[in-house]
Amino acid sequence: MNITVDVNELNTEFIVKLNGEIDAYTAPKLRESLFPISEQDNVSIIIDLTEVSYMDSTGLGVFVGAFKSVRAHNGEFTLIGLSERLRRLFDITGLADIIDIKSGTEGGLE
Amino acid sequence: MAPLGGTMDIKENMEKMYYEALSTYLKDQNEQALYQGQKISRLNIKYNISPEEIISMHKNNLIELYPDLPEKVMDSFDFLLEVMMGYGIAYREHQSLRHQQQELKTEIEIAANVQHTLLETKIPDIKGLEIGAISVPARQMNGDYYHFVQDEYERIGVGIADVIGKGIPAALCMSMIKYAMDSLPEHRHEPNSVLESLNRVVEHNVDPSMFITMFYGLYDPHDKQFSYASAGHEPGFYYDAATGNFSDLDAKGLLLGVDKKTRYRQYEKTVNPGDMIILLSDGVTECRTNDGFIERETLIGFIQKNMHLQAQEIVNNIYKQLEKMQNFQLRDDFTLIILKSNV
Repeated sequence: MNITVDVNELNTEFIVKLNGEIDAYTAPKLRESLFPISEQDNVSIIIDLTEVSYMDSTGLGVFVGAFKSVRAHNGEFTLIGLSERLRRLFDITGLADIIDIKSGTEGGLE
Repeated sequence: MAPLGGTMDIKENMEKMYYEALSTYLKDQNEQALYQGQKISRLNIKYNISPEEIISMHKNNLIELYPDLPEKVMDSFDFLLEVMMGYGIAYREHQSLRHQQQELKTEIEIAANVQHTLLETKIPDIKGLEIGAISVPARQMNGDYYHFVQDEYERIGVGIADVIGKGIPAALCMSMIKYAMDSLPEHRHEPNSVLESLNRVVEHNVDPSMFITMFYGLYDPHDKQFSYASAGHEPGFYYDAATGNFSDLDAKGLLLGVDKKTRYRQYEKTVNPGDMIILLSDGVTECRTNDGFIERETLIGFIQKNMHLQAQEIVNNIYKQLEKMQNFQLRDDFTLIILKSNV
């Protein structure tokens, strides 16, 4: 179980590609990568979850935390490439109503 | 063997045992002496005799047995001793860590017991409604929580919550929810207002990256109404006895702790005789087996197979079944509650 975090920066836009599993073991690494970015003013963070094979609720915690931080700094936070299973997690928790989410291929980067 | 006394005695005795075993073995290489060697090995571990001390013991015994061995052979043992020193140090470190780990484990066990007492809830006894509940932590402390309360109008409140996160931090957080719930005024047990109050508590008091999902329901035995609201919690099921259908107990609402102004919508259902309300935590649906996640349909199948039983037996049986499917290794805290109407 591991995760790679690949950050591409273009001015104030950050594209973060994740690959692997997000759970209690990998969440701290993800948090460390996202939080410094989320605390900058007026950034736009796009997180690509296409290559995320598994995510448990710990991952949700990281994304909500990052989302709140971005919002507090007048930035934009978008999730893309969610599988059906991931999408459901955001739907159930009500997060899909407050976070900008583009599922599947819709809004893919390639 | 003479009883082992002080450190000096232990070492002397060990040297003597070693000498006997080694000389026997060198004489005719028999199994018995090798067996003795294994015994010495265990005793050395027991009495904290380091690898380098064993080598020095070996060297001394060898000098006694064969005084004429070439000096270079003897020197080689000093070299070996130096090499083994590192192992000795690593071993002692390992011992000390093991000791610390044991201490921590004991402390966590005590904490888990305290938590268990703190979060204890009594399943209310009410005519016409059978209640079964089970909650099992994946590790020692539980990040799931369920709570029953009965008010002066005989209404039954049922809450089920799951902290996002696992282990000790999650468990500590849950104790706070329990106290926030206990301090809610009696007339504020309407599900939406319970969630709204708790949301403010969590938003205000908990670490910003910690969130809670929660479902709260209130059953009124007088008019058989079940009202409920959800804060991002895994949807349960509703079994309609008249049609024999299971449906998702859908309720929309945001997780607790994200936005303090969140309002929760309240839903109502009339509970007819034979109907069942099934509440669960995501440890039930996120149950990962060798063939992938279990489907909600599979879970419904288990419920159907057991639904002729008492509510408590149903939840126990389903837990046993899912535990077995995961090779007895829960990945997440597991909570399942069934309310079964029998009037």
